[in-house]
Amino acid sequence: MTAVRISDDALALACGADALAAAFEAAGCTVERASSWGMHWLEPLVEIDGMGFGPATPEDVDAILSGKSAKAIGPIATHPFIAGQQRLTFARAGRTRALSLEDYERTGGWAGLERARRIGPEHVLDEVARSGLRGRGGAGFPAGVKWRTVAKAPGARKFIVCNADEGDSGTFADRMLMEGDPLQLIEGMAIAAHAVGAAQGYIYIRSEYPHAIRKLRDALKLCADIIAPFNIDVRVGAGAYVCGEETSLLNSLEGKRGEVRGKPPLPALQGLFGCPTVVNNVLTLAAVPHILAEGGAQDYEARGAGRSKGTMPIQLAGNIRHGGLYETPFGVTLNQLIFEIGGGTASGRPVKAVQVGGPLGAYLHPGQFDIPFDYEAYAAADALIGHGGITVFDDTADMAAMARFAMEFCAVESCGKCTPCRIGSVRGQEIIDRILSGGRQADAVELLPQMHNARLAERSQAEEVQLLEELCAVMKDASLCALGGFTPYPVMSALRHWPADFGLSAR
Amino acid sequence: MTTDAVIAEILAAHPREQSALLPILHDVQAEFGYVDAAAERIIADALNLSRAEVHGVVSFYHDFRSAPDPRPAVQICQAESCKARGIDMLMQAARDAAGERVRLAPVYCLGLCSVGPNARVGDRLHARLDEAQLVSLVTAQ
Ligand SMILES: Cc1cc2nc3c(=O)[nH]c(=O)nc-3n(C[C@H](O)[C@H](O)[C@H](O)COP(=O)(O)O)c2cc1C
Ligand code: SF4
Ligand code: FES
Repeated sequence: MTAVRISDDALALACGADALAAAFEAAGCTVERASSWGMHWLEPLVEIDGMGFGPATPEDVDAILSGKSAKAIGPIATHPFIAGQQRLTFARAGRTRALSLEDYERTGGWAGLERARRIGPEHVLDEVARSGLRGRGGAGFPAGVKWRTVAKAPGARKFIVCNADEGDSGTFADRMLMEGDPLQLIEGMAIAAHAVGAAQGYIYIRSEYPHAIRKLRDALKLCADIIAPFNIDVRVGAGAYVCGEETSLLNSLEGKRGEVRGKPPLPALQGLFGCPTVVNNVLTLAAVPHILAEGGAQDYEARGAGRSKGTMPIQLAGNIRHGGLYETPFGVTLNQLIFEIGGGTASGRPVKAVQVGGPLGAYLHPGQFDIPFDYEAYAAADALIGHGGITVFDDTADMAAMARFAMEFCAVESCGKCTPCRIGSVRGQEIIDRILSGGRQADAVELLPQMHNARLAERSQAEEVQLLEELCAVMKDASLCALGGFTPYPVMSALRHWPADFGLSAR
Repeated sequence: MTTDAVIAEILAAHPREQSALLPILHDVQAEFGYVDAAAERIIADALNLSRAEVHGVVSFYHDFRSAPDPRPAVQICQAESCKARGIDMLMQAARDAAGERVRLAPVYCLGLCSVGPNARVGDRLHARLDEAQLVSLVTAQ
């Protein structure tokens, strides 16, 4: 009987993996559901004896089994998309079953936790610091510093909170990891708990990820004894983007509105229920088991560029031919990612813009595609790496519409706590509309004869542009968190690089 | 069972503390399709909160609705990566197919950003939608 492997990752399911698996079973094969390799343009991908076929449909089954399929891609593990990566966090992707303790142990699972328990909390903190690991949720804060702060903070109760809210468009690495290798995330959290002295952990996951929620809950049941006395509960978000911001997330966990808290106090000192709390992204925590394995910290530190150490699971998304998960050391350029690895646009048209780092990230122009992927280099270009999502747009994209959407998204998702974000995002949409219609005309009231003494508030297009710039400066400087504070990045970068889309001549 | 009895059962399954509020609201929303003023009052009493506090939470999160909507719903991703793959061009056809009968709800990213345009119905996900597929997805609800 032929053994066939097909992923049960949500993306493969969305592309028809279940019907394909049923067709192989009907043809007499045994089907094993594994994690996804992350070559999304090939999903659903069929694996038979290491050879791949994709994207496959039930109609392809006969041809695949008789060795005549035109969808054969050859050996998967040596496919250039896979062979070119340095997979540490995603080392198991495609190779193991998510909920198999046996697969996990066979591939080095729990070695980091065992070693952490052997060497003790102080050495664990040292090694995480030495690895140079920085937070993968967006801000890039050194994990070692955060953990040490929590470890040293006074308090009998401490918490580990995993931020699995992954709200950024163009990102799916957290989802893939939670669905494909949930035990690694759990191991990372258990190591963190051991290092800082926490007994309870929470994974706060967005409600848009029902498959990941189920996998995590099942995985936690499987390994409860292994991580004991540490305990982890899964909590489900409720559709608020801002709850990915760490203090909003903590309020949400406490059963409150997801409003952002002022800092200080830092969550590391007064976080969940006022207790010292580690809040880390899924990818940050999932990188830890590798770092804690023998020699892992040096290995991690040896990769990367500048002060951005280790590897980044980059997500190739939007209008790109070869989209998917690409884990590589920092330092890679967009030119390499989009053209060499990603194969250009899916539509075959020229690339116009790329948004890096989700809805709050800048739109980069092809002239900037040689900037090395590293936190500092992006910050210097008024851009951000964020969670490592890359959304490609072809030349049909309307960048003024995208700028307006950034303001609209900010208005929809604002927690409402501060004015520049709550009101500014609405005013921002209005100003962009007026730029597009050529400026501001006097309204019906201003034109009434009784109003002859009032100054008409007519504004030229150029004055509206200046107003937008001023608004963005206020949002940037005066917002409490990065939702209001970073929305100006996509807006201003779109305005700067594609003025024609706003009906403006080049500036 | 009466509404009150069902909510009492949901409450019994959770600890009586404010941190259980979101899980409780999720259960009530899943059971009835909305969390109305009457439900807010029962939950508030059980958790020793004011109704205003509970309502503040219900109204904050996009997942909770305060009134029933018997229409079937299709969530269509409107975020950047799906825009880059052309979702905006399909929306008029989707709206025409939905009419008043189906509720089209925007969602900002389903984590399938390399294979959009994408939609979600219940826990089922749909990727690589073209206009005909999106229309038939809406029509089938
Ligand atoms: C509006 C907003 C949304 C955010 N969303 C997320 C998110 O979905 N996932 C995440 O890990 N961090 C998110 N962050 C960053 C978190 O506030 C925080 O920096 C992060 O969880 C810290 O973990 P790390 O150090 O491991 O990155 C968001 C921040 C803001 C301002
Ligand atoms: S910037 Fe926006 S989301 Fe952030 S605290 Fe202010 S109102 Fe809330
Ligand atoms: S942007 Fe639509 S699924 Fe992510």
